[in-house]
Amino acid sequence: MSGRRIVVLKGGRSLERQVSLTSGARVQDALERLGHEVHGLDVGHDLVARLREIAPDAAFIALHGSDGENGTIQELLEILGIPYTGSGVGACVRCSDKVLAKHAMVDAGLPTPDFLSFNETAFKELGAAEALPAVEERLGFPLVVKPADQGSALGLKFAGTAADVPAALVAAFSYSEKVVLERFVPGRDLAVSILDGRALPVVEAIPLDEDGYDFAARYTIGRTRFACPAELDEDTTARAQELALAVHELLGCRHFSRVDLMCDAETGALTVLEANVIPGMTETSLLPQAADAAGMDFDALVGTMLGLALGD
Amino acid sequence: MTSRRPGRTQARDLERYASLFSSRTQNMRSSPMRDLMALTARPEVISLAGGLPDTSTFPAEDFAKLMSHMAVKATARALQYGPTEGIDEVREAIVRVMAAEGTDVDGDDILVTTGGQQVIDLVCKTLVDPGDVIIAEAPTYPGAVPTFSAYQAEVIQIEMDEDGMRIDVLEETLERLDREGRRPKFIYTIPNFQNPAGVTMSAPRRRRLVDIAHERELLVLEDNPYGLLRYEGEPLPSLYAMDGGEFVIYLGTFSKILSPGVRVGWAAAPRPVLQRMNIGKASADLCSSTLTQLFVAEYFAAGQWEAYMDELRALYRGRRDVLLESLAKHLPAEASWTRPEGGLFIWATLPDGLDTTDLLAKALSRNVAFVPGRAAFLDGRGGTSMRLNFSGVDEDRLREGVRRIGEVVHEQLDLLGSLTGRRPGAIPRPSERATGAEPRVDPALADVLHLPRREDDASRRSSS
Repeated sequence: MSGRRIVVLKGGRSLERQVSLTSGARVQDALERLGHEVHGLDVGHDLVARLREIAPDAAFIALHGSDGENGTIQELLEILGIPYTGSGVGACVRCSDKVLAKHAMVDAGLPTPDFLSFNETAFKELGAAEALPAVEERLGFPLVVKPADQGSALGLKFAGTAADVPAALVAAFSYSEKVVLERFVPGRDLAVSILDGRALPVVEAIPLDEDGYDFAARYTIGRTRFACPAELDEDTTARAQELALAVHELLGCRHFSRVDLMCDAETGALTVLEANVIPGMTETSLLPQAADAAGMDFDALVGTMLGLALGD
Repeated sequence: MTSRRPGRTQARDLERYASLFSSRTQNMRSSPMRDLMALTARPEVISLAGGLPDTSTFPAEDFAKLMSHMAVKATARALQYGPTEGIDEVREAIVRVMAAEGTDVDGDDILVTTGGQQVIDLVCKTLVDPGDVIIAEAPTYPGAVPTFSAYQAEVIQIEMDEDGMRIDVLEETLERLDREGRRPKFIYTIPNFQNPAGVTMSAPRRRRLVDIAHERELLVLEDNPYGLLRYEGEPLPSLYAMDGGEFVIYLGTFSKILSPGVRVGWAAAPRPVLQRMNIGKASADLCSSTLTQLFVAEYFAAGQWEAYMDELRALYRGRRDVLLESLAKHLPAEASWTRPEGGLFIWATLPDGLDTTDLLAKALSRNVAFVPGRAAFLDGRGGTSMRLNFSGVDEDRLREGVRRIGEVVHEQLDLLGSLTGRRPGAIPRPSERATGAEPRVDPALADVLHLPRREDDASRRSSS
């Protein structure tokens, strides 16, 4: 399938622009090595015009954050008749909204940490603040507060006491009109990538300096190291992979995705935090690490992702 | 669109080189805040985040005249290497500039450097072993943070008030270190119109700091990029002048009084320290650009620099006043900010419960930017503060920028009020546990200068 004209969509205005540019540059390199005619496109006002001008055989989406993951770009590519990598519009809409995704999991009986979600109106116009003690009682402390539609760690806060909750909510609302308050699961951070219908080896993110509850470290590149395959017993590995595959299918994901899980330190129970339709493709990203552990190098991974889009 | 040549592409894969990187570079990673700061450079954003002087004020005809004089007088010399310590004419110009601030210096005590930033690097290179203590102000210059980190220093930040660094706290800290058997390698201070806080160290504190340096035989690095940009009040003597060149290393630069593009700065220091710095500089870059040193020398020889300084001061004073007026108009009563007598920056602090890193995300959606306070601390403090620059943006855009910042601040305060049912002043301070996703020490946060970048480079950088 060499020699196709491929456009790599990257950059854009999202808060994750830099990560996207890095993912995009690496994907471009790989596609060139695979012998394709590659056009990198920093997504902006002229997107549709440029796509019409280039008339690619397929689009490789390396956008992270808002427009790339919420189905907007996918919708445009559909109407332009350009095949694209990864999930379709419906799955993007479901996965990019943590609230929709978590409700779908709850309805299907798949484990996800208990949660509640509110938009800004609830607090500004409906007096939702008065219900906060009840929310806190149900979820317990510490609890996690995060924007409903941010992919990165931006806006993610941990509230150790009731006094922390208002500031954490204000922070999360800086990024999104809707926020999720979620029960905190102490334990191990796992990620399972799905590629072409099968689960890849599990990756574990391990904070480098473990000084008690250092929440910041867990979500900061450079203060975390990754183990792949994660050191888990066979049963846990199998359960994590099955669960990830079930979530991938439940949410209607196509070709590939990455499902983030927590493994409870005490009970060993697995819960799903979220599913990502456009996993990162940087040097430290988890999908490429998982593929590598499965014996698939970066070029082969990119080739496979593109092949699935082209139906090769 | 970028069609690229195959063959060269593999060399961009970071992992092929990662195992070769030194432990120093392990701090140089990406962070969510760095990604956020990258967005502030978009052209549609009114950025009060930069620290750039307004070089558009330099007359093009003067520039052309200087360049042609140089061509007539010194083409071969301009294109040649020069001495590591700098060419004589520039050192003469430096003596005059320092004299304009009331500081006498011997030309032989001067090392010309590639910008003031190189002085910070050379001082660290000369003095700091991994684990050594550097004392700095809280907040400190964000651009010094990655340098301190690269030399694996332990940085202790001393709080400030409207009179600059709290010398009583400094003395307590020095005593504590004494008891631990540790001696700081140097004390880093920006006494005039501090970056980012905008405050100026008072005369008694200057005196006391210099006395402490003598009593304890400690070195002080006096960073003075803005001393000549004073818009009101009486100039204060430099630490270097008070000290007589024994324990103070003076850092000067032409960046804010002429051009940061020429990359010419200098150090004045005790001879033994200067000699070591000279060796360090020779290994770094042999010498600073002869071409731009000659340009600087020619400019000062032409004798109009003081008139240009008057112009700059008038321009920046006006912008500072506009920024101060706009803050009074648009920020809530619970906010506070510094009122600098000079320099380029104002430091504003919002009520507890707001976080300026998160606020920046919201501000960026309205196309306005500032530097979140955390960038100026190595210990996670600064969450409610922000640095605002007034030199690089014209008055109308300053007004509009602050209006937009005020808008998002008020929105967040309203939300906070409805969450707590209280006025923000009475909001309980969040516990230490309520940390966000930002690291406590992240030199990457200092990526706030917004050096222009080639478009192509930006998209190729694989640093995360």
